[in-house]
Amino acid sequence: MVEPRKLFNTEVKVVNVGLRIFYEDLKKQGVKVVHVNYQPRPKLEKELESKLSELL
Amino acid sequence: MSLKELIEEANKKAVENMMEAEPVLVDVKLAKDFIPGFKSDMILHAGPPITWERMSGPLKGAVIGALMYEGLADTPEQAEKIASRGDIVFKPNHEFGGACPMAGVVTPNMPIYIIHDKKFGNYAYSNFNEGIGKVLRYGAYDKEVMDRLKWMHDELFPALKAALHEAVKDKGGIAIKPLIAQGLHMGDEGHNRYIAITRLFLIELIPYLIQADLPKDVFMRVYTFAKNNNFFTLNIGMAAAKAMTMAAHNIKYSTIVSVLTRNGTDAGIWVSGLGNRWFTAPAPVPKGVFFPGFTQDDANPDIGDSSITETAGFGGFAMAAAPAIVSWVGGSVQFAVENTKKMYQITYTKHKYFTIPYLEFQGTPTGIDIRYVLKTGITPTINTGIAHKKPGVGQVGAGIVSFPFELFKDAFKAFVETYGA
Repeated sequence: MVEPRKLFNTEVKVVNVGLRIFYEDLKKQGVKVVHVNYQPRPKLEKELESKLSELL
Repeated sequence: MSLKELIEEANKKAVENMMEAEPVLVDVKLAKDFIPGFKSDMILHAGPPITWERMSGPLKGAVIGALMYEGLADTPEQAEKIASRGDIVFKPNHEFGGACPMAGVVTPNMPIYIIHDKKFGNYAYSNFNEGIGKVLRYGAYDKEVMDRLKWMHDELFPALKAALHEAVKDKGGIAIKPLIAQGLHMGDEGHNRYIAITRLFLIELIPYLIQADLPKDVFMRVYTFAKNNNFFTLNIGMAAAKAMTMAAHNIKYSTIVSVLTRNGTDAGIWVSGLGNRWFTAPAPVPKGVFFPGFTQDDANPDIGDSSITETAGFGGFAMAAAPAIVSWVGGSVQFAVENTKKMYQITYTKHKYFTIPYLEFQGTPTGIDIRYVLKTGITPTINTGIAHKKPGVGQVGAGIVSFPFELFKDAFKAFVETYGA
């Protein structure tokens, strides 16, 4: 792992998770970046959640 | 057996039926001659049930045009009056074994394709495709639209009927599943890209048009119309998909989605084990690429039965097979591939017959399982045409849209209530 103070002297490579806008901005600035499409799933009521795990 | 085991067994059967269905185009008929009890005061439409008051612009536009087509109104104003005073009974296509694109409006004297599933015996229908732009299914109803519909009734319909009569005599009709499977290997995905499939279909159809001994000028008009319309076969593919999903419907304990549709106001689904019960939520607005002169602000919420293709395991779910589609619906080739990969997370199996060369000939994601949608939060993402929100304008673009999560949550709640988990 790169020490924090050395980080800015090395080439930045980014894995962006979630909001695509950060990925697009970094890409525009020429930063090496890959995007992971992710969004947290909507929350289910407790009872529904337990039924779901029972049936999966 | 535990409920979980019963679900697994039912879902296996549902997806197996869906994949093994053998949809064959056997005939074209007027809707009133195929749909039992189809009366002159009835209009069928895409999506879940809806009243005239809640209809969006494009669906209203299509109803106006359909009433003029049937000779029940002379002007759009007259048609609106008839529709709004409650004289017309509106019913979803899906409740009659049909799936029709965009507004999906079908009236008694409109010609429809008849698909027969030779494996399970089901019949499904769809209407004829008019092309893109200013067309009835996108809510347009001017003279150009009406003239085209009249020609389709007077000339295209009898020509196709005669040709299909020859096809049935020769080999029982035109099998559609092999055309879709081959189309996926030729850059189509079978929802918004039908360039290869239409050509494959024409290769099948032309000999029968010739055998039907049509006058040369009629043959040329039919051929030219079909060849110039890259969506000519969409409706046939949709009726085939409807037949496939009918084979997966009404299977006790199954959590597989058997209808996925929208009417321009609401999106709606059916789940196999819950019969014909509608689960609905507001239809989202697609994001897309627009024809010159139109913008995202003109877009109507999503509309049409065409998501039956994704329900059956192709269309948007097979976008990785169709990189060129992004020039029509937007996004990138990478997105097209990612979308197919993402849909594997919410589907029960990989298709036996529909495969994607780019993904090492993996089967397409098939059989949306409401349990997986709830587990992942991922909802079916499809490609779609975009209608102008005002009646009378027509198609303004094409794009991408995801179904609302609530549909699947409500369906799962109902499933738990029904089967007492």
